[in-house]
Amino acid sequence: MNNSMIKYGLIGIAGILAPIVFANFQVQLGFLWLMILFALTWDTQGGQMGYNSFGNILFFGLGMYVCAMVQVGLVYDVGVYTAAAGLDSGKLNGEQYLTGLALGMGAAAVVGVAVAALIGSGILGLRGHYFAIGTLGLGIAFGEIFAGWDYVGAGSGLAPPPFPDELDFLGGRNLFFYYIFFALAVIAFFTLKKIYASRFGLALNAIRDDEDKAEAMGLRTVRIKTISWCVSAFFLALAGGPLGMLVGFIDPRETAFAGVTFGIWMVLMAILGGKGTIWGPVIGAAIFHVTQEFFWSFLLGWQRVAMGVLIVVIVVFFPRGIMGWLRDTWPDRFGEKVDESVPQEGAAQ
Amino acid sequence: MSTPMLEITGVSKAFGGVIANEDISINVPEGSITGLIGPNGSGKTTLFNSVVGYHPIDAGTIKFEGQEISKLRVPEIARLGMLRTFQQTRIYGEMDCVKNMLISMPHRDESLMNIFTNFPPEATEKAESLLEFVGLFSKRYLLAGELSFGQQKLLEFAMALMNEPKILLLDEPTAGINPTLINGIIDRLKRANEQLGITLFVIEHNMRVIMNLAEHIYCLAHGQLLADGPPEELQDNQLVIDAYLGAH
Repeated sequence: MNNSMIKYGLIGIAGILAPIVFANFQVQLGFLWLMILFALTWDTQGGQMGYNSFGNILFFGLGMYVCAMVQVGLVYDVGVYTAAAGLDSGKLNGEQYLTGLALGMGAAAVVGVAVAALIGSGILGLRGHYFAIGTLGLGIAFGEIFAGWDYVGAGSGLAPPPFPDELDFLGGRNLFFYYIFFALAVIAFFTLKKIYASRFGLALNAIRDDEDKAEAMGLRTVRIKTISWCVSAFFLALAGGPLGMLVGFIDPRETAFAGVTFGIWMVLMAILGGKGTIWGPVIGAAIFHVTQEFFWSFLLGWQRVAMGVLIVVIVVFFPRGIMGWLRDTWPDRFGEKVDESVPQEGAAQ
Repeated sequence: MSTPMLEITGVSKAFGGVIANEDISINVPEGSITGLIGPNGSGKTTLFNSVVGYHPIDAGTIKFEGQEISKLRVPEIARLGMLRTFQQTRIYGEMDCVKNMLISMPHRDESLMNIFTNFPPEATEKAESLLEFVGLFSKRYLLAGELSFGQQKLLEFAMALMNEPKILLLDEPTAGINPTLINGIIDRLKRANEQLGITLFVIEHNMRVIMNLAEHIYCLAHGQLLADGPPEELQDNQLVIDAYLGAH
């Protein structure tokens, strides 16, 4: 057992036990893992690749809608279902619910990756601010499309089927979805950790540091950028469906394509923890989420002001985030040091 | 002198009304070190940019190992085995030297599957031996952005070698470097040419360097090819002297 295995083991045990010990906080804890997933997947573009995306939320929203549509669509006609919103007709039994959820999440992942590949090969040709603005527009556009589409309830939203009572043996809706988010975040963490260490990860960093140089060295930059977006889209689309079902109501602009909340938070959390590191987004998301819950509980009415002050303090005093600050302060702890065992060569001073 | 590795024929390039290159023809034989000199603004870097596909050319042909490449884009040309270094040295500043080297591995045979694999141990060994070759081994775990300008030049050169190019286009490899280090760079360029068999095509302002290094030199002025020949010959060429010193 080395140090990192102990660390992962403790976090894993805490993650499994937390919703049982703190049973009143199951929803908030579920959201914590979702926030970690948000920050991690945003950092793939924003931190590792240097492309500040404000539109990653679109894959989340898309996944949420696709998943709910599949789950409903397997039993009812989606158009009739949404038109009859509020009626008690939309009940699914346990088997229908779970099958719909599984198939829905699968379909959401496929659609999310396909859309990322399709849009990505185009919009990832933009750089810097142009890319940021372009993706911001994309996120809003998708929200408006779904807010105008009657089949899925348009602006009045879509209420996914309620969690069936017969599935209560799973621990209830909140606990069930908590473990889904926990699993997704953990899988995303290790997947990203693995690919950041591969050729692909270094290629992302190379694009971040100097994309023209990377092209001049023969890197297939368009392909790499598109794949990176597909990876993020995959996890975001998977997470969308469960969130819609946990919340119980999908509002196109507030829940699904929630650019001003989730969409901005994922950026803030990654920056807070430290862009371009694997632990940064995790730490940033944890601090952000806990602080936010704290502000909502104790500073109600001023919670957004307090959040704003926190963000300003972070940007001013820790411009490179917590991990970035640690790295700047103790670079040798991160392996950035001169190898003293080698005789210094005079030529290269 | 064997077959030309790089054959530039009648290349012209204008930016609006400014003619940067006009009807330029240059041959770079395989295994040679060929120089390109000329006063500031004479179109040397533009020619490099044209050759590596940075912008389209207006007229002429560019052939690399007999293949027409003037319509290809930068990464495609790089994967064929023609690399360039930049006048303003470009390295990946937030990555350490070893990572800079690893990501510079050749990308020719890269497929969708193997980009997610890790680097083989041979790659790390090669990266470290090349870093040793340019004298940066002890600094291999420092961020490249923290190196001095001269060290970054050496790193960029090592990265180019890591890519196993057939021909290397060097844009002022000794600009902004102290005289002691310049000798080290000349020596390493020569060794790369002799031992690794890499053809070099070098832009250089420092006459001492280019006279020492190149076997054949082309001189540009005002976007046109002024003269070419072996270093000794070009040194005494009145046209070249006039271009540099300004004759009327």
